Amino acid sequence: MSSNLQTEVDQDLTGRAQRFIDELVHCVDIGLSASKVDSDGRTTLELPYNKELIGNQDTGIMHGGAITTLMDTASGTSVICSLKDFEICPTLDLRIDYLKSAEPNKPVYGFAECYRISRNVVFTRGYAYQDDPEDPIAYCVGTFMRLGTEFTPDYFRKRVLKGDYQ
Amino acid sequence: MNLRDLVSQAHESGDYSELLAQIPYAQKIGVKCERFGDDVIFKLPANKLNIGNPLLPAIHGGVIGGFMELSAALYLIMFQDVPKLPKIVDISIDYLRAGYYQDTFVECELTRQGKRVANVTIYAWQKTRSEPITTARAHFLIPDS
Repeated sequence: MSSNLQTEVDQDLTGRAQRFIDELVHCVDIGLSASKVDSDGRTTLELPYNKELIGNQDTGIMHGGAITTLMDTASGTSVICSLKDFEICPTLDLRIDYLKSAEPNKPVYGFAECYRISRNVVFTRGYAYQDDPEDPIAYCVGTFMRLGTEFTPDYFRKRVLKGDYQ
Repeated sequence: MNLRDLVSQAHESGDYSELLAQIPYAQKIGVKCERFGDDVIFKLPANKLNIGNPLLPAIHGGVIGGFMELSAALYLIMFQDVPKLPKIVDISIDYLRAGYYQDTFVECELTRQGKRVANVTIYAWQKTRSEPITTARAHFLIPDS
């Protein structure tokens, strides 16, 4: 694939990821956005620092629940961007290891990829980080159930895949 | 007032709102807490801003996970004489049923507490307790007194 074409594919998938996240009320509310999705569906989302999400007022650190939402959404979005057609894939399970605390007043990034797509289940793995992807604050593995394309109304598929809001 | 005093005050009055007001994330998603005898049940009232899947609609899985994690930490402060909010080590969440846009309830069970680490099992349900929508287990580091 030429590098121009590669960039186009990446932009298209990043757009798909952003349109998907924009449908999730809670994610819009906390300001989640798609930073980058590559042509293999490897997804990076950004969670801006938000005082409303603080878990401990003494430290100003965002609650683990915000990281859970970031990682569930990053994993789910990487599933959406790794499948050809749009399928609703609810989370079956999610496991998060908190390696160290996030620092306050900085965004947290959530990276996720699908490492196996089977007929019924998609397996994901990823991590959350702030300054350096090599120095993550949390690790995450998840599984997602494929419900098949027939579960998604056509208008919703068009919105997410094509940005068609007619 | 420190957290420990707030907890004993809440235990006496049965009103946990002041304790919950100390945690912005609890306010954000709308966590409530009620006591039934010696037990405590956490409640997440239906809240539009917590919706993930707009088609069902259903509560975002991350919010359910966050609600469970927060409930477990509060449970440890309330019943295990943990002086400060304990730090989470890991959480493993099984999503068993869709968490519809409805009130959600959580109950915690201490599986084991050692000197430094506690293991808590967490159940979330909506319609009936016997049909959990989500179960989770989590480890927390117990802070020094």
